[in-house]
Amino acid sequence: MELLKKYPKTFQWLFLLVVFFALCFAIDVPETYKFIRGQAEFVKDPNQSSYVFLGKEVRYYAFDVFWRLPPLLGWLPIWINDSLFFLMNDWMPIEVWNEDTQEFKSRPIVLQISRNLTAFMTFLIELIREILLGGLETIVAFTSWDWIDKNPWAELPGLPWTIVAAGAALLSYKLSGKGLALFAGLTMVYISVFGQWKPSMQTLSFILVAAPLSFIFGLGLGIAAFRSKRVEKALYPILLVMQTMPQYAVLVPALVLFGVGDHAAVIITMVVAIPPMILLTLLGLRAVPPEVIEAGRMSGCTNFQLMFKVLIPTARRDILIGVNQVIMVCFSMAVISAFIGAKGLGFNLLLALNQLNIGLALEAGLCISLIAILLDKMSLAWANKQTDYFGNLTFYQRNKNLLFFGAIFVIGIVLAYIGTYLFKDTFNYLFEIPHNKGISTADFWNKGVDWIFDTFFIYIKAFNTWLIQEVLQPMRALYLRMPAIATIVLVVGAGYLIGGLRSALVVCALTLFIAFSPWWDRALVTAYMATFGVIVSCIIGFTVGTLCFQNKHSANFMLGVCDIFQTFPSFVYLIPVMMLFGITDTSVLIAVIVYATIPATRYTIEGLRSVPAGLHDAATMSGVNKFQRLTKIEFPLAFPHMMLGINQTIVFALFMVIIGAFIGTEDLGQYILKALSDKKGAGIGLTLGICVAFIALIFDNLIRAYVQKRKKHLGID
Amino acid sequence: MSEPVIKCENVYKIFGANAQKMLQDSNGNVDAKTFQENGCIVGVNNASFEVSKGEMLVVMGLSGSGKSTLLRCISRLTDATGGKIFIEGQDLLQLNNKDLIDLRRNKMGMVFQSFALLPHKTVVENIAFPLQIKGIKTEDSISKAMDMVKLVGLDGRENYFPRELSGGQQQRVGIARSLAVEPDIWFLDEPFSALDPLIRKEMQDEFLRLQDKLQKTIMFITHDFDEALKLADRIAIMKDGIIEQLDTPANIVLNPATEYVRKFTEEVPREKVLLIEDVMEISKDNLGDLKVSKDEIIENVAEKILTQEKSVAVVDNNNNIIGSINPTKIINTVFGGRKHNN
Repeated sequence: MELLKKYPKTFQWLFLLVVFFALCFAIDVPETYKFIRGQAEFVKDPNQSSYVFLGKEVRYYAFDVFWRLPPLLGWLPIWINDSLFFLMNDWMPIEVWNEDTQEFKSRPIVLQISRNLTAFMTFLIELIREILLGGLETIVAFTSWDWIDKNPWAELPGLPWTIVAAGAALLSYKLSGKGLALFAGLTMVYISVFGQWKPSMQTLSFILVAAPLSFIFGLGLGIAAFRSKRVEKALYPILLVMQTMPQYAVLVPALVLFGVGDHAAVIITMVVAIPPMILLTLLGLRAVPPEVIEAGRMSGCTNFQLMFKVLIPTARRDILIGVNQVIMVCFSMAVISAFIGAKGLGFNLLLALNQLNIGLALEAGLCISLIAILLDKMSLAWANKQTDYFGNLTFYQRNKNLLFFGAIFVIGIVLAYIGTYLFKDTFNYLFEIPHNKGISTADFWNKGVDWIFDTFFIYIKAFNTWLIQEVLQPMRALYLRMPAIATIVLVVGAGYLIGGLRSALVVCALTLFIAFSPWWDRALVTAYMATFGVIVSCIIGFTVGTLCFQNKHSANFMLGVCDIFQTFPSFVYLIPVMMLFGITDTSVLIAVIVYATIPATRYTIEGLRSVPAGLHDAATMSGVNKFQRLTKIEFPLAFPHMMLGINQTIVFALFMVIIGAFIGTEDLGQYILKALSDKKGAGIGLTLGICVAFIALIFDNLIRAYVQKRKKHLGID
Repeated sequence: MSEPVIKCENVYKIFGANAQKMLQDSNGNVDAKTFQENGCIVGVNNASFEVSKGEMLVVMGLSGSGKSTLLRCISRLTDATGGKIFIEGQDLLQLNNKDLIDLRRNKMGMVFQSFALLPHKTVVENIAFPLQIKGIKTEDSISKAMDMVKLVGLDGRENYFPRELSGGQQQRVGIARSLAVEPDIWFLDEPFSALDPLIRKEMQDEFLRLQDKLQKTIMFITHDFDEALKLADRIAIMKDGIIEQLDTPANIVLNPATEYVRKFTEEVPREKVLLIEDVMEISKDNLGDLKVSKDEIIENVAEKILTQEKSVAVVDNNNNIIGSINPTKIINTVFGGRKHNN
């Protein structure tokens, strides 16, 4: 009794665990149950039960309700699908003038909007693409194909790669200085020499459209949310779900709405990139000190001036992080949207991975990563740039860079012209080095992979087998062995103990959604993979972070490494693991671990750093040694921040698990990937995406509630 | 006398959902406690006063006394819940947004406790900011801002960023910024509270020098009674949203209106606050040869007067004798019966 009074929380947790295990043992596995009986696949089977919703029959395998809840939400994907099709094909027809047939035609409004949006995006992408690579489409957009036939000279010639490379270097020099200029120049030369120019420029044009548009919309919506509580309240839940929704899942509805191609990819990239931009804009604007706003008002700012001259510049730091996020998401999506027909490096990367040509994949992946890092650094430098007013400069000084670019332009064209004579019989290498005609190291890498495989095959295989048989399989079996009711009790109970009734209700709703969907088993498999990844990532991340924290330079170095790793598109992580482990669960898990270790490490270092220096000194003066200081002072105080790191780790891990479906796993991701190639997959894809998002949100909710409580307890902010 | 520059009539500021209605129901009889029970917090409670041209009114109060809220009502950074505020005869609360912006662009300047500088702009850009907002050309605004940089003694640092400056220097920028548009009315919200004591004294002297030169109409907020005494033409002491007393520093020290005000005055060294004029007697008998100006602070002339045997003549600016003061009076004022004054 004394003990119970002393540690009430501990006993509550114990009680919860006892109930959980009691339920697990009390409820037997039903005899008819086998892992994943294809509940989502609608084949006739005498064992199936069914119910009817909106005239549609939803079939499922009847289990004991304590074991698995019936898929009462089975109608949801069908309904979403039907609604989408209805919207696209039947809802609110309007009269549209058709240029070709010269008559009015009736067309549903959503379809018309989608067509116009599509045309607009295509135009933008083609415009930039043709400035970089040359082509006809832009001119056609202003004239017609007939006109082009009559005027064969009318074609955008495209810029020689020398001009683009030198231009990028010059711009980098102006923004940041010699270092970045050198990096920009080398990156461009590398891309060109290795024959990746065309796909790189295709990807670049895609990003140069998607990133600015996402930035503008994100900023605009962020401002709207800042100015109106109502907008914020409406946006917030959508933002939460969008931030945790795997990027695959968004692709599927986009297919239905916008079809296949670069334009759909841009739109869907915007959908993914805008939420973090909104959140960071809002965060930044909120953090502007009230006195600065008042100072702006007293200076006589109009609302517009207040926003753009005071609030946004003052919130620049957070908005900048938003820009960074946008760029990273764009690159990530540049690869993923290759699934819906975006051209460029991403497409090549997927193709190479499909053919198991690791060397080619590595080259494409390296190009994407290099461009991503370059744009990331350039955008940072741009935002940190100061304008100086003391401009009593001469014409030459003011327009130095422009003049330089002019010179480069002329030299580039002259070079390209000389090139036409130099390389009469082959390609003009001074204009553009065609794909696969540059230097390629693919063979070298492939041989390397083969060599590694031949040499270490036994060890890798042994490790692989051991991991799968001794760790992964049993873990998966344990997860699947949990009766649904026990899982729900555990999660909701944890919610109640950590965050009170409100938290418990939210968590309960999220869990029930997944339990009532037809994919509970798959969700468990997803959860198991993510859990494994998160645990290993956290162990590695905490260890590395703590070790690096001991020295200022190593900490800074590690944060820099994290920065660079975070810039890599998520798909790139699959390349080296496939090199080593081939197509197995192990590959996916290792990719998950590498990817998810980034936030774990970063937040550990940041958390430890946030411990006030005064406490540090106080501890030292109390005579603690380094280890005691770490365990007694630094860890407890840094823990809330580290928990936020775990939160990020979970989101990262889930993303990677879903992407891992590309290699072939048996979780929710597999079905999302399947839905991509299914005409009626939109509803399924979206519902699956929401399921994954909800898994992340359950943990997010629990961790946030815990961190808040803990911070209050410790009296941090 | 000409029209007051700032005039407040029964100004109330009450925070809370149905503050407006509760204020109407109370018929101007606002009791903070009953309001609090209904979820409203009283910021300013029935404030009425005037500030005339060139005068410096210091509003003194501890934190939570409503002094900053009062200032924000008068600058209309928040809207007063009730009452009337006139700026140079214009009804402030009736102004539309455009007129309000015009007013702020041309007539008002404000200095903030935490400096509130724009972190992305240099010193000179910060100072030029209100000018640029008005639509003045960049070159003109910068050259005007450079004059301001010189005025507050920051020459040579005009291209620094706020983060590169000390607190005192930052506040000099804040002051220069608030003066850039040459406002008639100058609001200062605890401008020196965030500074070190030594810097604070230096800034106060600097501020007096500026005011001597510029002669603005000033509302100055502080929680420091000594600062109020040093700077003010008149002091308003606030507590719980109510102005407890509004008078000249001397009168406040000599005749505190409430127990609350008296507590502040107890520790004040009077010889540093009071002028000869405040303690002289009207009688002109038994005068000695020494003459002192009525505007001298007692401390500065006390030694001279104490060496005299006769009374000392007090003269005004035109050297006319207007009264007298004797050593006993000085001794009484400095050491005598502080606790049970008057």
